[in-house]
Amino acid sequence: MKLDAKTPLGPLPQKWGRHCAGIRLVNPANRRKYEVLVVGTGLAGASAAASLAEMGYGVKAFCYQDSARRAHSIAAQGGINAAKNYPNDGDSVWRLFHDTLKGGDFRAREANVYRLAQLSNAIIDQSVAQGVPFAREYGGGLANRSFGGAQVSRTFYARGQTGQQLLLGAYQALARQVGLGAAKLFTRTEMLDLVVVDGRARGVVVRDMVTGEITAHTGDAVVLATGGYGNVYDLSTNARGCNASAIWRAHRKGAFFANPCYTQIHPTCIPVSGEGQSKLTLMSESLRNDGRVWVPKRVEDCGKSPATIPEDDRDYFLERKYPSYGNLAPRDISSRAAKEVCDQGRGVGPGGRGVYLDFADAIERLGHKEVEGRYGNLFDIYHEITSEDAYLAPMRIYPAVHYTMGGLWVDYNLMSNLPGLFVAGEANFSDHGANRLGASALMQGLADGYFILPLTVGDYIAGLTSPRLGIDHAECKKSVDEAVHRVRGWIEAKGKRTVASFHRELGKKMWEYCGMARERGGLKKLAGEIPVLHEEFRKNTCLTGHANGINAMLEQAMRVDDFFELAQLICADALDRDESCGGHFRVEHQTPDGEAKRDDARFAHVSAWEHRAGGAPVLHKEPLVYEETVMSGRNYK
Amino acid sequence: MNIKLRVWRQEKPNAKGRFVVYDFPDADPNMSFLEMMDALNNRLVLQGEEPVAFDHDCREGICGACSAVIGGKPHGPGKRITTCQAYVRAFREGDVITVEPFRARAFPVLKDLVVDRSALDRIVQAGGFVSVSTGSAPEANAIPVAKEVSDKAFDAAACIGCGACVATCKNASATLFVAAKISHLGWLPQGQAERSRRALNMVEQMGKEGFGSCSNTLACEAVCPKGISATNIARMNRDFAFALVSRAGQ
Repeated sequence: MKLDAKTPLGPLPQKWGRHCAGIRLVNPANRRKYEVLVVGTGLAGASAAASLAEMGYGVKAFCYQDSARRAHSIAAQGGINAAKNYPNDGDSVWRLFHDTLKGGDFRAREANVYRLAQLSNAIIDQSVAQGVPFAREYGGGLANRSFGGAQVSRTFYARGQTGQQLLLGAYQALARQVGLGAAKLFTRTEMLDLVVVDGRARGVVVRDMVTGEITAHTGDAVVLATGGYGNVYDLSTNARGCNASAIWRAHRKGAFFANPCYTQIHPTCIPVSGEGQSKLTLMSESLRNDGRVWVPKRVEDCGKSPATIPEDDRDYFLERKYPSYGNLAPRDISSRAAKEVCDQGRGVGPGGRGVYLDFADAIERLGHKEVEGRYGNLFDIYHEITSEDAYLAPMRIYPAVHYTMGGLWVDYNLMSNLPGLFVAGEANFSDHGANRLGASALMQGLADGYFILPLTVGDYIAGLTSPRLGIDHAECKKSVDEAVHRVRGWIEAKGKRTVASFHRELGKKMWEYCGMARERGGLKKLAGEIPVLHEEFRKNTCLTGHANGINAMLEQAMRVDDFFELAQLICADALDRDESCGGHFRVEHQTPDGEAKRDDARFAHVSAWEHRAGGAPVLHKEPLVYEETVMSGRNYK
Repeated sequence: MNIKLRVWRQEKPNAKGRFVVYDFPDADPNMSFLEMMDALNNRLVLQGEEPVAFDHDCREGICGACSAVIGGKPHGPGKRITTCQAYVRAFREGDVITVEPFRARAFPVLKDLVVDRSALDRIVQAGGFVSVSTGSAPEANAIPVAKEVSDKAFDAAACIGCGACVATCKNASATLFVAAKISHLGWLPQGQAERSRRALNMVEQMGKEGFGSCSNTLACEAVCPKGISATNIARMNRDFAFALVSRAGQ
């Protein structure tokens, strides 16, 4: 099967405009006859649901949380990029596009990234009009700061809670539509399956997490905006509830999964402290604007109090290795550099898995008050978790799984290979290549939801010839029956181990062999071990409680079951991609000074995997054809 | 650390609940409170018992999902934290810690510590927004907003919608929650067009949902994990009063 990205013709700056001009429209009076199912209410889902409802489509929005205001977009701290060029420092749509493409190590689709940069400014306009309280200058204009992988200040922010404020903007827009009766909201509702008839997505099967009732909903189009799959590693910066089940179930029903091995390890997280730990907490990348990253030069100094280590005995390794970007080198590069110094035995803190992020210079230069104004809430978070005061001693940080660039394959319209199934935000693969730059996840989620899907979903609907499926259709009943059967199977599990113990074991294996550094031998070992552990998980897990009520362990068992299958695909993809690029670092492929070494001749493609029941997944390749840019080396020195 | 947890167990919405005491002879002081609950649940499942249901998600104090009254105080003994940010080290050796759901008529218990807070969503649906459809926004810098004003709007906008203010209020009032949203949008030029309508609709919806009235004890401000100021309530009352007067005059 040939994957058609449906990239429009013409020069990059004109592609999206030309595409919009040619898109099919639905008459405003007819829109209410159609229904769009939106799963997930993070930035992408809430903004899509609100915008489609505003246009007049019937919308049903689903989320597993108790409110549409809680999705994990809310935890994004640092900011959102846009090419406004308010600071007059040379920014432009082209530069934002090129930084993002380069940041992704030239493994994203050129036309998609260009469109993202084009739409970035309208997102800021829309959010400000909604009342998002972005940081401002004394003159009343919007403030900007710099972020990793860029040499301009283009990041808009609302203290350390940018994601929260943007999500509340989208949530409130959706709430307005719910209040008007234009959108219907289903909270505490989890998607268990996708209904596919004649190769088209026609509905979803969901479980009411309060009553346990499993039902089908049918629609004219389905949008999955269900986030990433970082929790396959168990410990990550994701919320505990984040899961891959919606996209994984869609994959099992025929949607291709693209670049699953592209995972982002964020350099600035609070290090792991104990066995019972449930998550890792991110310290925003914005801290690297003023904080300096270092470790002792000598192994024997690592146990000493940092204050007693003189300046000459410190290794500011990011500033040393990447003088032009310094502490703001991109995430994948900064993470690997931290791992490298810790592997040399120069890490600090328990287990030697940590590096210092030091604000002493910033406090001296700017004063305590200014540093508190910029990062106060982050220093508070650090204190709550570690009971250490980062104003007095440097923070200790270590990389942790944060974001997944891979996801369901989509074309330029954000539609998967299954007609009628659209995928937005972190759940799709499209814009970040092999590494995402800071402050671009919020930008992508909102570009997808506010500005792309409202047009492309309409285009699809305008071409529909068959009416919406009835929920009594045989395929709906079959999918519901299968989901009921799965739930029953799990609720009767009476083994000897907890779901959490299996999840932890899977996560540790993934982190060790498919984390920051990957090599053939380890990946092969991992590929052999996951199915064995999965088999034990299915036979030896213990659950209690009922299927027809609130049962968090049951929910988690089904999610972890899907993580096991996804982990195998991640592993297969990591083995197949015999090059290093962005967050995918194969130790066999590095330059003499330890940087990722791409192989454009063999791997300048998107790897899209097709599920085969009972057999090995089948790989389809979408070549990455760059019309106006060159796949250059990625140099941050 | 040796700790005992006295946890509210309730099978379903209208079932009779009870406290059950669980021993924790070896609690790790560096565990978060919810990690201790995770450990308890894993133990219960292996013993063939049902785990304690509780809401949680981000585990970093921003999503607003977690909601327990710990030792008589919503979100536990710390200052400006959510339940997920409470650590075992905040308690003392030998403590018996009572863990209950948020209790309010408008927050019916669904199971154990899980309550239904959808009433808060319905208040936002009644008016907690700026009616600006996608695509109709002017250029972002077209309307300057003084930094001081923007900062004040942010202070109010930081609300995470957890409902601790309701849980601690003797009247089970959601006034601080409602006031925060009215104040956030009321500070900004973008929120002016609907300012009266918003105050009227949100306050009236709060009443319909069964929340009580405010009697200015300021307990809400004391437990708010985001430090939302009770001065927002004065702003809400002013907007509401103006709205009532202008409606009466029409």
